[in-house]
Amino acid sequence: MSFVLSKRMTIGDYFIYGSIVLFSFICLAPFLYVVSVSLTDPEVYVPFQFRIIPEQFSLASYAYLLSTNSFLNSLKNTAYITIVGTIFNIIVTFTMAYGLTKKTLPGRTFILYAVVFTLVFNAGIVPNYILVQGLGLINSHWALILINLTNAWSLIVVKSFMDSIPIELEEAARIDGCNDIGVFLRIIIPLSMPAIAAFTLFFAVAHWNTYFNAMIYLTDSSKWTLQVLIKTLVIDSGSDAVAQAGSSGEQAALPQETIRMASIVLAMLPILVIYPFLQKYFAKGVMLGSVKG
Amino acid sequence: MPEMELSPKKQVPLKMNQSRLKRLWGRIVQHKFFYLLMLPGILYFLVFRYAPMWGLLIAFQDYNPFQGIWGSPWVGFKHFIDLFTFDYFYTLLRNTLVINFLSLILYFPVPIILAIMLNEIRHEVFKRVNQSIVYLPHFLSWVVVVGLTFFMLSTDIGAINKILGSMFDFRISFLTSDKWFWVIITFQSIWKDAGWGTIIFLAAIASVNPSLYEAAVVDGASRMRQIWHITLPAIRHVIIILLILRLGSMMDVGFEQILLMLNPLVMNVGDVFDTYAFTQGILRGDTSIGVAVGMFKGIVGLILVLGANWLSKKFGNEGIF
Repeated sequence: MSFVLSKRMTIGDYFIYGSIVLFSFICLAPFLYVVSVSLTDPEVYVPFQFRIIPEQFSLASYAYLLSTNSFLNSLKNTAYITIVGTIFNIIVTFTMAYGLTKKTLPGRTFILYAVVFTLVFNAGIVPNYILVQGLGLINSHWALILINLTNAWSLIVVKSFMDSIPIELEEAARIDGCNDIGVFLRIIIPLSMPAIAAFTLFFAVAHWNTYFNAMIYLTDSSKWTLQVLIKTLVIDSGSDAVAQAGSSGEQAALPQETIRMASIVLAMLPILVIYPFLQKYFAKGVMLGSVKG
Repeated sequence: MPEMELSPKKQVPLKMNQSRLKRLWGRIVQHKFFYLLMLPGILYFLVFRYAPMWGLLIAFQDYNPFQGIWGSPWVGFKHFIDLFTFDYFYTLLRNTLVINFLSLILYFPVPIILAIMLNEIRHEVFKRVNQSIVYLPHFLSWVVVVGLTFFMLSTDIGAINKILGSMFDFRISFLTSDKWFWVIITFQSIWKDAGWGTIIFLAAIASVNPSLYEAAVVDGASRMRQIWHITLPAIRHVIIILLILRLGSMMDVGFEQILLMLNPLVMNVGDVFDTYAFTQGILRGDTSIGVAVGMFKGIVGLILVLGANWLSKKFGNEGIF
């Protein structure tokens, strides 16, 4: 705000800067603490003692986690669900949203209402569970991909994004001899790239972070995703869980605290790594559909 | 779907009706590519969003998984009557409402205040760095957030208790005491989502014409007066819409969050409709009760959302639907 005449800091400024720094610190503090403990050498770690800077740095906890089959396996499962799930999300969401932009399409309003209704009413946890059970998808990663194939909010946002693409472009393409498929693939999809980028991120983060559905639908521990494993490691706690995670009993001597914290850090890592680069797309994505409200 | 298009014109003579039908068929054929494009999505909604609604019938049965929906005996409203005459139902209702009410008074203002403060920052780099930091927790899963909570608050490994323990030789059992549960849930939500929630307000503030502030400065308006007379009116509509939406979701609580935070010692303050439906309907196999609880919550939620939307329109806003 360059119009402000004086550059001198007032008491109000100090209050505002101070409050924001405090809020940011509260947001960051748990990360810093957890990262610091996870990097402590398990040999010298002293339980019940608070330290900010590790006494001795070590990657032993990470090395241990990454050597256990259960951790690697859950990482593989989560990556599979995230990648395949996101691809399906994008295809189903963008094809359906494009259909919904066609005002001449018979039945369009009805479909739109049917979609919006799912936003305000849901059959509930138990009927959904019975359905997945009935479809024989228990213990299948496809359960997690199929039940979240698309959703009303994404469809509405993408639809209003596509509504903002000038119809003249489409008409011009038709005059140039493009058919419906050509218009969709050569005009709509390329122009929707910003929305595709934002929603790829949203869908991928949602798949990566899914806990409840993974927990109820994946009963076999070889099918577990990272979030389910982390939950048993960190929250259910106890040495049993850590011992279970290990393929052999020899590491049972390692203090579980550093390992538990390392597992949380690994679960956040992909998001922490991509976040600084993609933050602006996330923020833009939220405002995508707001043109039409 | 084609019938929908026809229904308002029932009085037209049969012959004309037929020609309309033909024209409609023509339009459908003309749009066949679009139906094909939408097919996966439509099938998804039919199978995964609408088919489970048949499952709601289970709430009116004594459901037996071996007999299925078609074979189980019908019992009418028995499960709902059981539910409403059951003391624990009112515990569930109280917990849901208290958690929502706390969120309304403690969580709701935070993104607004934070956005106004961020808007007052003149140092662009400082502003951007802090925005990035406060948005970040939104992208973490509830498992991670609850895990971090354990590492901060639990009696054995929690950082805060380690500090308390070494300084005053005393520990607080935050996670296993019913006094702390609601506060911690609310604080967790603020930590995770309040920063992210500023985006919508910052966008509304960004649309304010800077000349308004310039004029205010010339007129000698203090910063508080600028905030009060320019910034707040600019985001008033957003605040009202979000407040109404919030009222419409008074039956919803962060299900994964609560489920992860629950333990036997805080059950009496933490159990809500969704967690109860889950424990009864899926873990204990009492399917009919689970469906009935979910259905009660869904219908009350629906009424609240529609009511909130009506209210929004009444206040001269566009409404959400």
